[in-house]
Amino acid sequence: MQPNAFEPLFYQFHFYLFSLIAIASAVLFVTRKSPVAAAMWLVNVMFCLAALYVLLDAQFVAAMQVLVYAGAIMVVFLFVVMLLNLGHPSELGADIRQGWGRLLAGFLALVMVAELFVLWRAPIRWQLTLPAAETASQPNATGGVIGAIAGPMFKEYLLAFELTSVLLLAAIIGAVVLGRKSGGADAR
Amino acid sequence: MTFDLMIPGQLIGALLPDVVLMGGAMLLMLLAAWRRESDAWQRVVAVGALAVLAAAAAAVLWMMRLDADASIGVIAVDRFRWATDLLCIVGAGFAIALMSEQNPRARLVAGEAHVLVLLATAGMMIMAAARDLMILFLGIELMSIAVYVLVAMDRRRERSAEAGLKYFLLGAFSTAFLLYGVALIYGATGTTNLTEIGARIILYKLADHPMLLFGVAFLLIGFGFKVAAAPFHMWSPDVYEGAPTPVTAFMAAAVKAAAFAAFLRIWIEAFPMVVLRWFGPIWWIAALTMVVGNIVALSQKNVKRMLAYSSIAHSGYLLVAIASTTSMGSSAFLFYLLAYTLATFGAFAVVSVVSDGAERGTQLSDYEGLWQSRPWLAVGMTVFLLALLGFPVFGGMGFFAKWYLLQAAIASPAPLVTLSVILVLTSVVSAGYYLHLVRVMFMKERDGAAAAVPASGPLTRLVLITTAVLILVMGVAPERVATWSRLSAIGPAPSAISSLGADTPELMPPAVDPAARR
Repeated sequence: MQPNAFEPLFYQFHFYLFSLIAIASAVLFVTRKSPVAAAMWLVNVMFCLAALYVLLDAQFVAAMQVLVYAGAIMVVFLFVVMLLNLGHPSELGADIRQGWGRLLAGFLALVMVAELFVLWRAPIRWQLTLPAAETASQPNATGGVIGAIAGPMFKEYLLAFELTSVLLLAAIIGAVVLGRKSGGADAR
Repeated sequence: MTFDLMIPGQLIGALLPDVVLMGGAMLLMLLAAWRRESDAWQRVVAVGALAVLAAAAAAVLWMMRLDADASIGVIAVDRFRWATDLLCIVGAGFAIALMSEQNPRARLVAGEAHVLVLLATAGMMIMAAARDLMILFLGIELMSIAVYVLVAMDRRRERSAEAGLKYFLLGAFSTAFLLYGVALIYGATGTTNLTEIGARIILYKLADHPMLLFGVAFLLIGFGFKVAAAPFHMWSPDVYEGAPTPVTAFMAAAVKAAAFAAFLRIWIEAFPMVVLRWFGPIWWIAALTMVVGNIVALSQKNVKRMLAYSSIAHSGYLLVAIASTTSMGSSAFLFYLLAYTLATFGAFAVVSVVSDGAERGTQLSDYEGLWQSRPWLAVGMTVFLLALLGFPVFGGMGFFAKWYLLQAAIASPAPLVTLSVILVLTSVVSAGYYLHLVRVMFMKERDGAAAAVPASGPLTRLVLITTAVLILVMGVAPERVATWSRLSAIGPAPSAISSLGADTPELMPPAVDPAARR
């Protein structure tokens, strides 16, 4: 996109938007009674953080955030909740298909229709390539978005990286020691 | 020899003791899983763990002999680091020795516990080495996660599981504070390297930057939790009481030593300017910690809880050394840590012998007449308690530990007179509970119906004898250790002090205690 007067405003608007949603979701996450509802709010926090990473031009981190945190970890989380049978439907709160829920849904539908109209009127390039001047400013030239992360991680921050792996090893051993059925206090 | 930390090979060289320990821990993990779990195999793993610790200690001593030095980088290579490493390794060795005999009694079969002690020690050594907030954080986490598990290891016992959960939740909470502090400091200075932070604070005159002040405040809170300083000490009595006794000793001595060493390094290397802003808060935390720890300990009926409060009080004494912010203070700090580690491990070794495996028999009444049934145990406990009290001659090096601490406090640029008076007065108060236990052991009759105190195993006996003899010998001849701690001390960089005096006179250390001014 061409640098113009609205770009800082665009950036700031989205920064505050996603930050506020993230903070509100985090508050809702810790105040919900039902673990399933809490977990879903946590997913929302993760998505908003991913959006903030995109604003910082860290697309790869954003994608990882969605895949690993919002995806894998939260699925495991919900599995545990469901295996322990913690999420009774009665605890999930009021049904959203009534009153305010319907109003909100209608409002969101209107926004989406409006968005469609805007897109319809917007000029769209027939060719999906960026002008050369813009690619040069991206880190693509030297190894893509991933290279910008992988390089420092295995060079400047190698020690931190290795220590993190030892840390994870300690956590795994700990989980096994605490979690196994045999052994521990009643081995004999 | 000087290591260039920009070259990966030399970085690994500078981390040799840590690499030895971590590699050993990983091999030992495989060894623990090799055979079906049994008491005998658990003992084999314990011997292996002691061998790994010995190798790491040898590596540390070799680095000391080399007089290793390094360029400015992510880790520090200096004698302060080696001294802290040795303290942590000694603590881990004692913990493993006690654990290998205590676990079978507690019907705990988990060879991995020894691996976790090694990993926790590796975390401590990383903390002692860290010259970068990121590395420091990883070290703290490595240590903490291993210790959370160790505390909850006896999870069939309700108290142990409760202690583990409590420690985990509060530990995670304090880690969040610490991490937020690191993030704010990074936000204010644009770097996580301690040396660089110190330089930039002076260069850009950031000492009063609100983001930096908030960052330092959060850092202070995070460390306050880790070392159980007064407003943040609530977790420690419950956790110390619930954890298996060898783990309690490990937490009270080695975990605290590592956290304090990291704290001291951050304070001296990164914030020589900001420290003056934080002199008041540290002063108050130290005073409060000493008073609260000692007063509350007076009313305890459980020996483990009493020692927990006494260890809170000792955090306060150590904070006095940190408040003095001189190299003399850090030398007194190391000497104190050695005396405290030995006495703590000795005392908890006695507690583990007197209690049965399930942590019953830790009440004061269980110690009645110990002198008649197990005279040497009673004598040993007396030495450890007197060392913790700082009693001359019979308390061995405990007396000199407090002596050097007071000297450093008085000789600091802002003489900590009021704090020293509080230190002495609260030490007198601490005699109330230390000597009470001694009186119970020697002057009360043992209840005839009480179960006999079981015989101590050879390794526990070795720990008891080593700690008692070392305390007494160094009490007679403290000079060698004093020289060692003086050589290993770190102080604020002279450049920081000179720039302090040259153009910012209002930042000079206050001439009197903040309390005296009020």
